[in-house]
Amino acid sequence: MKPVNAVITKVVEENPTIRTFYFDTSFEPVPGQFVMVWIRGVDEIPMALSCDNAITVQKVGHATSALFELEKGDSVGIRGPFGNGFDIKKGHIALVAGGLGAAPLAPLAEKARSAGIKVTTLLGAKTKEELLFRERFEAVGEVRVATDDGSEGLHGYVTQLLDDEKKSSQIYCCGPEIMMKKVLDKVPASKAQFSLHRYIKCGIGICGACCVDGLRVCKDGPVFSGDVLKRTEFGVYRRNECGERVRV
Amino acid sequence: MLSLTLTGINLKNPIMLAAGIMGTTGGSLKRMAESGAGAVVTKSIGTAPKAGHNNPSMVEVDCGYLNAMGLPNPSYKNFQEEIDIAKDGGVPVIASIFGGCSLDFSEIAGTLRADAFELNVSCPHAHGYGAEIGTDPALVEDITRAVKDAVRAPVWVKLTPNVTDIKSIGLAAQKGGADAVVAINTVRGMAIDIESGYPILGNKFGGLSGRAIKPVAIKCVYDLYETLDIPVIGVGGISDWRDAVEFIMAGAQAVEVGSAVGNNINVFNEISSGMEAFLEEKEWTLEDIHGMAHKV
Repeated sequence: MKPVNAVITKVVEENPTIRTFYFDTSFEPVPGQFVMVWIRGVDEIPMALSCDNAITVQKVGHATSALFELEKGDSVGIRGPFGNGFDIKKGHIALVAGGLGAAPLAPLAEKARSAGIKVTTLLGAKTKEELLFRERFEAVGEVRVATDDGSEGLHGYVTQLLDDEKKSSQIYCCGPEIMMKKVLDKVPASKAQFSLHRYIKCGIGICGACCVDGLRVCKDGPVFSGDVLKRTEFGVYRRNECGERVRV
Repeated sequence: MLSLTLTGINLKNPIMLAAGIMGTTGGSLKRMAESGAGAVVTKSIGTAPKAGHNNPSMVEVDCGYLNAMGLPNPSYKNFQEEIDIAKDGGVPVIASIFGGCSLDFSEIAGTLRADAFELNVSCPHAHGYGAEIGTDPALVEDITRAVKDAVRAPVWVKLTPNVTDIKSIGLAAQKGGADAVVAINTVRGMAIDIESGYPILGNKFGGLSGRAIKPVAIKCVYDLYETLDIPVIGVGGISDWRDAVEFIMAGAQAVEVGSAVGNNINVFNEISSGMEAFLEEKEWTLEDIHGMAHKV
């Protein structure tokens, strides 16, 4: 597909570095799917859908900075939704979110709750102000919090909250790769799903730029089962835009 | 029944992975090998790490795919490890390489260990590389000879269709000592976003691949088969076994599959089994259908 024109209908400042952009178009994603967002004349970047019609973006580079310049009424080009999304399991699920990793997990929490699944969320961020989508998670289940600076909840990393969650029917995780690797090392791998981020170019499973070993993050993922990831370079290497190995 | 020897390399089947597809990591090449490819060709590798063009670098259009990746690669200095991992897939690994002059090409080929080299003198959208070289018969001959002098492995030259007469470029490669030619690379193309007027690709224009270019590629293969004494490898728009058979009938000794991998990671196994069943039913061999369109 060519990019579809999507007009921004609302911009919400979640915290000083994270904004949610709502569009006039619903993409009807499976939670965990992503779209390629084309900021015309600048670049095109992969972003998780945090709602049917919204992306939540952290200002980190030239493309996200350009996106932050856009306001209600401006438009971007969007391809997608792409990728597989989370496989929602019955029972009592646990979500482990670090920073912006809460973006694809919030719609998962809501969809699971509406299907009668019990949801517990472990939510981590640098500071209290950066705890993303706390209200959305609280609306659908128990939330336990960790902050790097101790301004709210446990003073430390969200991975330190992992305890009983090992007994959950399924664990869903998204956040910085080092944090996800810690989760993978702590929980039963076959019961955990991880949403990965990689440098994505084509977005449609052809070029191979986003591969984790042989797995295409854009097409086979971005969500992978822990037991699949255990056998890969996940948590050890990622690839930069040239395809060079870079230590995680 | 599909096995063959191509430029001295033994292949279990004539269906190979094309350059630029799933070719950056050793793990992805290995996966394609394990999915039934007769051989795998790497992403084009240059002398220095290169990030490529800004996104969008590939989009699906009505009749295929437009891409302008811009030759992103980690450089040959960081690539032997990936080739070695790919070799675990159990099929020949062909290194696609590019450069701005014959010295670049021979430096890379002289250092990398691979079962063959495919010279990319045909990428349509990288300034100073690819088709800017591959449209000049003298340069093609010069580069081919330089690589032949630098390596013992077979050397294939991948040709651009964006020329008036592809036969003259094929002849130049043959004169330079090429063991085979590969035809075709993508066809120059462009798409514009009508909501804004912006060209969609980050590089503004790029190369068209997929179904739309198959008839163009078939004609190039047909012409090269008539003109050259060296084998022709066909590529361009193959997505099923019928396409592959058509290329072989046009004169290709083997084929490469690219874009079709996106929607069908199992495409190699499917083409092999389809082709095998077809040959069995027709009571033909691979050799029987090779260049058949020229003989009937």
